[in-house]
Amino acid sequence: MRQVRLPQTLADLWSLLNKDPTALIFSGGTDLFVKMRADKVAASTMIGLERLAALRDIREDNGDIRIGACATHENILRHPLIAAHLPVLVQALRTLGSPPIRTMGTIGGNICTASPAGDTLPPLYVLRAEVEIASSKGSRSVPIPDFIAGPGQIRLAAGEIVTGVRVKKPAEFNLHHFEKVGQRKSMSCAVAGMAALLRVTPSGAIEACRLAWGSVGPTVMTDAGIENFLTGKILSPDTLSAAARQVTRMVMPIDDVRATADYRRTVSGNLLLRLSGMENPTIELKRQSPSEGM
Amino acid sequence: MNIRFTLNGKAMDLDAAADRRVVDLLREDLGLTGAKEGCGAGECGTCSILVDGEHRLSCLMIAAQLSGRDVVTIEGLSEKDRLHPLQESFIRHGAVQCGFCTPGMIIGAAALLKRNPQPSREEIREGLAGNLCRCTGYQKIVDAVEAALLPEEKL
Repeated sequence: MRQVRLPQTLADLWSLLNKDPTALIFSGGTDLFVKMRADKVAASTMIGLERLAALRDIREDNGDIRIGACATHENILRHPLIAAHLPVLVQALRTLGSPPIRTMGTIGGNICTASPAGDTLPPLYVLRAEVEIASSKGSRSVPIPDFIAGPGQIRLAAGEIVTGVRVKKPAEFNLHHFEKVGQRKSMSCAVAGMAALLRVTPSGAIEACRLAWGSVGPTVMTDAGIENFLTGKILSPDTLSAAARQVTRMVMPIDDVRATADYRRTVSGNLLLRLSGMENPTIELKRQSPSEGM
Repeated sequence: MNIRFTLNGKAMDLDAAADRRVVDLLREDLGLTGAKEGCGAGECGTCSILVDGEHRLSCLMIAAQLSGRDVVTIEGLSEKDRLHPLQESFIRHGAVQCGFCTPGMIIGAAALLKRNPQPSREEIREGLAGNLCRCTGYQKIVDAVEAALLPEEKL
């Protein structure tokens, strides 16, 4: 039997972690308890962060948006600040798991699980999110690509926890887009997914863009070359097709139970072609696409 | 560890292993077999319970997490001899075949109606996207939830 601690304050958390720096930290538990059932969890002490009110906050902070690590996906989806400024994250969260999984799982957990298929990760990469980390000794923050080292691998020292994630309001982008391809609509692990932020002029010129793909590499895949290629061009099927060919060469997918690497390459490129239907981006921003049902 | 919480309206004070799965605690220790273990991995929804009114999965919770919470299982949804309107509606619409998913479906539907009292058929489908049924094809389940919204049966 394991010991389970649910500290109510950060001071209690730090004292527990000082006593046992190897304790296993969990948030919603939606990934961990599946592994525990399969007897893949060795830790003798577990610390749950669910009762730390300080980690659940979603707020504006110096003009940035700061989401507490223990904010659940459902909390984030329903927050007016997120709906107003981060449609790309809302679109991704709507495809994540199912209603009960979104009620239990948290954004900090999704980041720390560091699954190549983590649904919040491509949006957080295009939003250039900073991961906030704290320990009893202080706090630091790192850009998300520097925090996630590989599948299931994060750069977090003993005694540290992720306290939240911070993004700048992407005011310079007028087109937010996320799409995930899976084997079914809900409770679906992504075969490939893409998050996109673009600034498109009324005449269709791409003035800026950020793109990120999930499930097609060890971590989220981004490519400055492809973003530069698109910048300054017209958002047209021809332009996107040319970029999509580059995408199929850039991504690094593997074969697994859900799809072959070849299929994932093709889908990664094709996800980019979807942007060609979005010539009126300001409307697109206001009218968030309806969520996928079952 | 000692765990105090409310279960179907009753104050509970019990000793359990802190890491005991809630689905095992409910079924094996407390004899409440309405919540069932289907997949054991959060994918099927048949172990659904309400925790502080929210739809959660008892296979993905451990006993320690119940401390101080208000838990409702399918056994606690009806009032005395009177079935919950969703239960009545599931019976009337034949929204049950083998019955294994039914407690989880009704718990999921109750949570949905709490956060969205007037869902469209599409919203009902989305709201129950975490509850699998292998028999009915979902049509009658959606019919039953939709009919439970009628004024005379309103929650």
